[in-house]
Amino acid sequence: MNEVSVPLASKPSALTSFKRGAREYGLLASLIVIMVFFQVATGGALMQPLNLTNLLLQNSYIVVMALGMLMVIVCGHIDLSVGSVVGVIGAIAAVLMVQYRMDFFTVTIICLATGALIGAAQGYWVAVWGMPSFIVTLAGMLIFRGATIAISQGQSIGPFPPAFSAISSGFIPDIFASEHLRITSLLVGIAVAAAFWIVEYRSRRRTLKSGGNAAPMALFALKNGVITALIVYFCYLLSTYRGIPTVLVIMSVLIGVYTFIMNRTVIGRWIYAVGGNLKAAKLSGINTSRVTFFAFVNMGVLAAVAGLIFVARLNSATPRGGSGFELDVIAAVFIGGASASGGVGKVVGVVIGAFIMGVLNNGMSIMGIGIDYQQMIKGAVLLAAVFVDVYQKSKV
Amino acid sequence: MTTTILDMRDIQKCFGPVKALSRVNLKVGDGEIHAICGENGAGKSTLMKILSGVYPHGSFTGDIVFDGKPRTFQGLRDSEALGICIIHQELALVPMLSITENLFLGNEIARHGVIDWNQAHRRARDLLARVGLDASPQTLVGKLGIGQQQMVEIAKALAKDVRLLILDEPTASLNEKDSDTLLKLMLELKGRGITSIIISHKLNEIGRVADEITVIRDGSTVDVIDCRAEPIDEARVIRSMVGRELSDRYPSRVSEIGETLFEVEGWSVGDPERPGRDRIRNINFHVRRGEVVGIAGLMGSGRTEFAMSVFGRTYGTNIRGKARLEGREVDLGTVRKAIDQGLAYATEDRKGAGLVLGESITRNTSMANLAAVSKRWVMNELAETKVAVDYQARLRIRTPNVLQSVDKLSGGNQQKVVLGKWLFSDPKVLILDEPTRGIDVGAKYEIYGVVNQVVSEGRGVVMISSEMPELLGTCDRIYVMNEGRFVGEFPIAEASQEKIMHAIMKNEVIQ
Repeated sequence: MNEVSVPLASKPSALTSFKRGAREYGLLASLIVIMVFFQVATGGALMQPLNLTNLLLQNSYIVVMALGMLMVIVCGHIDLSVGSVVGVIGAIAAVLMVQYRMDFFTVTIICLATGALIGAAQGYWVAVWGMPSFIVTLAGMLIFRGATIAISQGQSIGPFPPAFSAISSGFIPDIFASEHLRITSLLVGIAVAAAFWIVEYRSRRRTLKSGGNAAPMALFALKNGVITALIVYFCYLLSTYRGIPTVLVIMSVLIGVYTFIMNRTVIGRWIYAVGGNLKAAKLSGINTSRVTFFAFVNMGVLAAVAGLIFVARLNSATPRGGSGFELDVIAAVFIGGASASGGVGKVVGVVIGAFIMGVLNNGMSIMGIGIDYQQMIKGAVLLAAVFVDVYQKSKV
Repeated sequence: MTTTILDMRDIQKCFGPVKALSRVNLKVGDGEIHAICGENGAGKSTLMKILSGVYPHGSFTGDIVFDGKPRTFQGLRDSEALGICIIHQELALVPMLSITENLFLGNEIARHGVIDWNQAHRRARDLLARVGLDASPQTLVGKLGIGQQQMVEIAKALAKDVRLLILDEPTASLNEKDSDTLLKLMLELKGRGITSIIISHKLNEIGRVADEITVIRDGSTVDVIDCRAEPIDEARVIRSMVGRELSDRYPSRVSEIGETLFEVEGWSVGDPERPGRDRIRNINFHVRRGEVVGIAGLMGSGRTEFAMSVFGRTYGTNIRGKARLEGREVDLGTVRKAIDQGLAYATEDRKGAGLVLGESITRNTSMANLAAVSKRWVMNELAETKVAVDYQARLRIRTPNVLQSVDKLSGGNQQKVVLGKWLFSDPKVLILDEPTRGIDVGAKYEIYGVVNQVVSEGRGVVMISSEMPELLGTCDRIYVMNEGRFVGEFPIAEASQEKIMHAIMKNEVIQ
């Protein structure tokens, strides 16, 4: 044991604060490296505005579910049923909208409520009866897959009313109505980048004021400079095509909301405490089973959101829709730095993790690599990412 | 003068830029019991890890001479091959396996890979007899008490033909009776020529068994005391350990006791493991304003269970009885309710149930009272950090800053974080369960100081401790618990270790 008392006031060096954030910087750097690699390997096809738009659309539902999965995993649990929930919600939406001609708004409400109910049903067994979430959601995975096939009667159902499929195929309207460059989208991108700067700057000031370790100004400026430049650049690329997709707006809002919940609210604290040490959380007056229950309900709602985005994109619901999604979602969370034993994981990491998976999928498809090799490579990436994490911890 | 079996010379060990050991010398005579004393963080555990090969040869400087030859251990296997066995504070047994299976784990008695159970059980019985443990070798280790498990550990060492037995704080989690048995066993092993090293904070125990004491402070050997000739000079040991004179191990306090603050009447609690049986039986208890009340008793007497059943029913089933706070009957049905009513319970299991180890001091401090540092569910991090800094200063938590994660702190500092967390919840009654277990003399003194401070503010403190001198030194009144009932109650003026033990032995319920 090297418990050595250290003098009270020691200023963090640039190096230590870099190490502190090493995980996130490393992830972001890996994403950029992977993107550059595929950009070169595909002869520039990856960053074509059309492909970039597709990339976002394809990944949106994974990112949305990863936000919920992060909470579940930080709580120390897992949810294997999300792929099946996507399927069942898609089927319900299709039956109601296509066969019963119900309107898009009512159906959305019904679907989100159903998602919450499914999450509650699974959360009940885990939170109240202490059943292992792996088993409960494995059962859920089978049950809801079966339900998907039953509801859709084994058929694809579609097409949806245009108002609904616009969720996934729509773009934000361009008030300038210009021919080649969607100026509104570009302006939104710049506004978002500016907002990002302000939020980051204020959070840094807050940390410094409370005597914490913030990265030195140079490093801070570099990190945020890169990120804001990327935001503006991507928005520019998107605006040369059809502008910012509606899905991106939904996704960004959710990312913002969940970052806030996890970092700055009491509920976020509860979730990290429950996953970090269940007994300590319980003895501190935190209603641990309620927190776990909430995480599952939340996961159900986000799986429903993802289900809606997914069927809107395909414009039809299929019996096998969403199968295997749980693996991509869970992989994204672990690549993003969450710990399998709970208590650790950040929203920003998970989002980057999801895009690493997305870019790999997309890039390899463009390169014409077969699904066989794609799976092997993705598996290897997951293993490598988690290994790096474990290795870093063992060095401390 | 006996021959020297172990000689560690000028051991130096660094972790990065941090020097954990700067100049340690340890000389142990053949067949003696050698005690190592030092505050937490002094480097005792590091030294033992070097001796046992956990830190391999080459990762430190200095020489290890064992049995007359210089040794270069590369790992535990090398040291074990020479008969050096270390028994850690956290026992390394598999609870779901039997005693026999544990004894020969990694060393199975087998022919062609098939275990000879008859012979294994026979040998296990022999070994158990040698350590004086009366249990069937087929018992699952998880069913044994901590003291018995320790015996199994020692038997396991004997199975490996141990020559040098190292016990790292063996009695830290044992009650008096089990500690006593263990110390007797050490003396018996000594009679059979086995050399032992004991690391301990308990001076009375060291006084009973040790032939020689090496005191380590800040990574250096500061004193070697021979205690064969004369009884040990406790003041000298403490002085060497802390580098200063502790004139009084318990800070003095003028008691200003007010009216009854919290009382429990007819409290009975069902045993969740044995349905239909009561673990806690008909307890009447009270604590007054400004009073420190102790609960003495052996390990397993039900003290923790009683405290936890009161604190939000975190232990037990079918809880009966009345709880009154400031004269009003209160509902303590959940932890939240208990905290809101003004109760706080600092657990005996600091790492397992007291702290979120991966989180910062700040987040651990605010955990039980997030409402005070948030507004409409949004955390006010500035206020939260201020709170943490405030308690860090008040409790003198030694850390570079409050964003430090608590797993990097020493035991004493971790305990202070637990205290800070509960003080921040602003309790009327603070229940401390083994608040000084496994922490060094200096930190203990500081914690007693905090207790005094707390009662001077008109709160009540309930102190559960297995160390009787501690209860006698800090409390105003002491309850004695045995088998889930109160069997004695003494105002401090009438209390003594003998009376407490007597009450336990007589086992007569008080009313």
